[in-house]
Amino acid sequence: MSKSAQSRGEGRGWLSRVLGAPKNSMTKTLLVPLIVALFSAVMVAGAAIALRPQYQANQERNRQQNILAAANLLQPGVSTASLFERVEPRVVDLATGDYAPDIDPSTLERAVRDPSTLVTVPPELDAAFIKERSRYAVVYLLYEADRLQQIILPVYGYGLWSTMYGYVALESDANTIVGLRFYQHGETPGLGAEIDNPKWQDLWSGKKIYSDAGEPLIEVVKGPVLSASRSSAVHQVDGISGATLTGRGVTNLLQYWFGAHGFGPYLQSLRENTEETR
Amino acid sequence: MTPEAKASLFDPLIKENPITIQILGLCSALAVTTSMMPALLMSLAVTGVLAFGGAVISAIRRHIPDNVRIVVQLTIIASLVIVADQILKAYAFETSRQLSVFVSLIVTNCIVLARVETFAMKNNVAASFVDGLGNGLGYSLALMTIAAIRELLGAGSLFGFPVLPTLADGGWYYPNGLMLLPPGVYFIVGFLIWGIRSWRVEQVEQPEFRIRHVHRAQTDS
Repeated sequence: MSKSAQSRGEGRGWLSRVLGAPKNSMTKTLLVPLIVALFSAVMVAGAAIALRPQYQANQERNRQQNILAAANLLQPGVSTASLFERVEPRVVDLATGDYAPDIDPSTLERAVRDPSTLVTVPPELDAAFIKERSRYAVVYLLYEADRLQQIILPVYGYGLWSTMYGYVALESDANTIVGLRFYQHGETPGLGAEIDNPKWQDLWSGKKIYSDAGEPLIEVVKGPVLSASRSSAVHQVDGISGATLTGRGVTNLLQYWFGAHGFGPYLQSLRENTEETR
Repeated sequence: MTPEAKASLFDPLIKENPITIQILGLCSALAVTTSMMPALLMSLAVTGVLAFGGAVISAIRRHIPDNVRIVVQLTIIASLVIVADQILKAYAFETSRQLSVFVSLIVTNCIVLARVETFAMKNNVAASFVDGLGNGLGYSLALMTIAAIRELLGAGSLFGFPVLPTLADGGWYYPNGLMLLPPGVYFIVGFLIWGIRSWRVEQVEQPEFRIRHVHRAQTDS
């Protein structure tokens, strides 16, 4: 009897030996959390992979909505996809400031991520802490009666915890802001994440990016903009209480993207051809 | 359905409601109840995590070592919460953005750990599933009641459909801003607890101590 039980014990696999061990044995204390963690990881990973197409479609629609919101084009009850047809995607070569017509905007997501087009950002210019960026950027243009009305530019940079991705819409003077929206970030809810607050977003409309000399002066100040009459007020936006570092991140990324290493050359060439038509 | 199963399914609705009797899970009740849609999704997520978490933990309860049980329980709960969060992000993207961190915070929801520790570790899989479902429904009932009051009085609508036409839309109703702020929930939960205990007097606890007059001041005649 005891002999047969012994031989059965030898014949069992390691799993059943673990399962047969006493509940509070060292084997179980070490192995049960490990096995549970393994199964949980497989479950989480499986769900992530299965749901990814759906999630990416949602994110893409959210990105388009934020582009339209920055340009003040959203209308309730009209589908995002049909409104999005009004803006025209164009590829800009950031170094020269010219359009890159040989790149198809529809393959753009791939082109932007292509490692061969990555450019290292010189540390002394890297106000937004992005280290490297693509040579190309996709801008969206809004024409009305064949006249350029708005330019919508992608911007991103580091906030307090996360990279914040957004769009800035400019009027055709390439200087006056129509709107600013962030569509993806991981800032603290209730503090830094208040960059999604419509009341704060409304403050951006009408602000000017450049000084008369062409320097990007736009910034988020700490606290309220002091004197609305002072000439600097047109470049300043109120800071958010409890979100000083996120606000600094917004300032940094705008300084970078509107500086000489960002969209500076492109916007310069737009200003020189203000009468540009399609 | 056995009487025990019936009791563990229906008792948490009123008699042992997690929010109004056990006063657990109030943090999420404050955060996600400004309107009914986020509250509904949050309720579904919590109910799912409670039911399936209870069932899974009950299934392996005889193998969970006592001194690492919280680690094992939280691993399972956290994985279920991540899956619930991913499902919401895939199929209810807009509302899940409103819920932001509060879905992830189900991991730390006191109701979940309370049911797992006190019930699922000691009962079989089916009973634990029903118990989780019952407590989830109790939480949902409280959450939906609070959200209905807040959205109706705070924004004049239910599930986003206008019920009381507000002044801003040309109607007559002046929205009560307090209802949209977190303190409003304390008033609502306070009134709910008061109402339920007036209806079911057996829920009123015995006072822990009483103040009595030992000496009465001598007054000269």
